[in-house]
Formats: sequence, structure tokens, C-alpha cells
Amino acid sequence: MKRTLTLTMLLALSLAPSARASNEAEYKAAYAAAEAASKEAAGMRNQWTTTVSTLATAKKAGDGGDYDGAVAAAKEAEALAKASVFQATSEKEAWKAMEIR
Amino acid sequence: MKPGFALLLSSLSAALVAFALTAPSVVAADKVDPVADAKAFQNFYFQKFPNVKHEDFVNGPYSLNEGMKRQWLEKEEFPPYEFALDAGKEMFATPFKNGKTYADCFPNGGLGIRQNYPYFDTKEGKVVTLELALNRCREANGEQPYSYVKDEMASLTAYMAFTSRGKPMDIKIPDDPRALEAFESGKRYFYTRRGQLNFSCASCHVQSPGERIRAEVLAPALGILNAMPIYRSEWSGMGTISRRFMTCNSQTRAVPLEPQSDEYRDVEYFLSYVANGLPISGPGARP
Repeated sequence: MKRTLTLTMLLALSLAPSARASNEAEYKAAYAAAEAASKEAAGMRNQWTTTVSTLATAKKAGDGGDYDGAVAAAKEAEALAKASVFQATSEKEAWKAMEIR
Repeated sequence: MKPGFALLLSSLSAALVAFALTAPSVVAADKVDPVADAKAFQNFYFQKFPNVKHEDFVNGPYSLNEGMKRQWLEKEEFPPYEFALDAGKEMFATPFKNGKTYADCFPNGGLGIRQNYPYFDTKEGKVVTLELALNRCREANGEQPYSYVKDEMASLTAYMAFTSRGKPMDIKIPDDPRALEAFESGKRYFYTRRGQLNFSCASCHVQSPGERIRAEVLAPALGILNAMPIYRSEWSGMGTISRRFMTCNSQTRAVPLEPQSDEYRDVEYFLSYVANGLPISGPGARP
């Protein structure tokens, strides 16, 4: 019984941060990180359309005060941008595997 | 001689022999060889589709699908690009405000020269496409440049392609390291995966020509530009080579580059060069 209670409390504590609503500062930090990754991808001439649209979704949500939605979208945009940077980096050599010889 | 030293010496000799044998192939792999690339490119398609006449590859998906080919041949009786062709002919003959015409900007009065574009301009050190040359002609004569994507540009290039029909593509790569780099850069662009879907141009047009992607049949990359510009039913209108590249990028969820960016100019150079010898068939019509 005592052990179950401890586990329940630990579970409740671990879930607590994710249940808390995001604030404007968190949105701005997440958006800035996503924007930086997106700029890096654009600099490599390998921007994805989905990064651009997801970043726009984050901004729209942030401007409307929906910080939970804005943070989630910004994090998704950052992940997309980082994936495109990874793609551009690996393709510097990987393209040769596809070449007709 | 001590056994240990002898072993070291023989190992060193073996390593040197191995290096000497592998070194030339490493150098050869890095050497830009457009002639060998074009030969390999054409052979790939000729072997993959042994029943397709070589000159037929310029007809895109119709060369690989009998049913589509029959429909297309019937459609050619009243081709959907006809209006653009007529408009292009008229535009081509209409003088600029200064009295000059497009004919003054091109060799042979601009007629029957499509097969020589794009070319590498050794003065500029870059590839010059027909679309770019047309807009430069306009600007040199005090006119505003056209959109590279459709309408007037498609009409003008349609007319110029029409006057060149049947002429074999004849792209030159001058003895200039910058020209070789442009060819290599175009090749790299063609094979590089991009966009969220992680597709390269080759994913569709080398690995899967003749296969269906939704309702469409994918065209072979060989000769794909010989039919440009094209009327696409999907677009409900005409489109230039620039439009084709940009659409391909968008379809893989990659943000398209600017029309006539160095990358697009280079990939046009690469694709045109490897189609050398195949006839110009533009303007074309595609689903």
C-alpha cells in the first residue's frame, strides 16, 4: 500500500510539468530555436515547405495567445528544420550512391 | 635479416602495391567525365526499355505506355499548346519599342536553335538557358523581363522549340573547368534527395520511369527537357522548364529555388547534355 502510494505520487509529480500550461517566454524560446534551425536549412538551400508552414502555425498560435499550441508547433518546426539540415549534410556524399555509372 | 624486420618490410611492400593499384581508380571516380556520364545515362534507359525506339524517349510517359501514347497521338491532331504556339510566333515577330526583335538577339534569327540551349558562356562563367537569354534580350532592348514560369515565356520558348523540332540536342561543354563544374553541379542536384519526402529527381525519373505515381505515369529523365515547354492538364496551362523544376521541388515538399538560380541552370545543363543526339520534340503536352 505504502509502495503504491509512493509510486502514484512519483507518477503524479512526473506528469505535473507537462500538464502545466506554456507561457509566452517558453513560446518565444521555442520559436527562436525553430527559427534558427530553419535559417540554417535555408542557408543550405534545403528548406522544407513543412518547416515553413509549421513555423507559421506556431507564430499564429503565439500571436493568438495559444502558447501550448505555439510551443508544440515550434518544436515540430525545429525538428523538421533539423531533419532537413541532416538531409543536406548527409546528401553531400550520399547522392553518389544513386548515380548512373 | 631478422624475421620481424622482414615481416615489416613485406607488409610495407604489400601496402604500397595495394595503394598503387587502388589510387588510379580513386582519381578516376573523382574525375568529371561528361562523355562517359552521357553514355552511361543513355545506356541505362536503352537497356531498361529495349523495345522503346531511342528517339521516342523524348515523348516522356507516352514512350512507355501504349494506351497513353494512342490517346496522345489523337490529341496531337488539335494539340493543347496550339494557342501558346500561335501567340509565341506573333510575339517573336513583333518588334520591341526600339524597333528590334528577338531575332536580333539570337544566331540564325532565333529559328531552329533550341537544340543548342542551354550553353556555357565562357565570358560569364555560367550556364545560359534559353529562358534566360530571352529575358536578357528583352532587357537589352529596354523591355521588362517576363515571368520565367509561364504565359509569355512559355509561348516564346514553345515557338522556338517548334522551329527546332527533330533537330538533335547538341549541348557543348567547352574545355573550361567552370563548365565541367557546372555539369557536375547539375548532376549533383539531379541525384540529391531533398524535401520532407526525401526524393531526388532520380527517385522518380531514374528509379521508377514507367511506374505509376497516383494516376500518372512517370517519365524517363532521358530526353525529358527535349519536349519543353509543355502544356500540362494538371496545370491547365503551359509551363516552362523553370516551372517544371519548381513543381518537382514542391511535390517533394522542398521549398523551390528562385527561377534561373545557378542550381536550376546547372541541372538543365546536365539533363540536356545527357540527352545529346535525341530530337527536340517541344512544345509537348502532358497529363
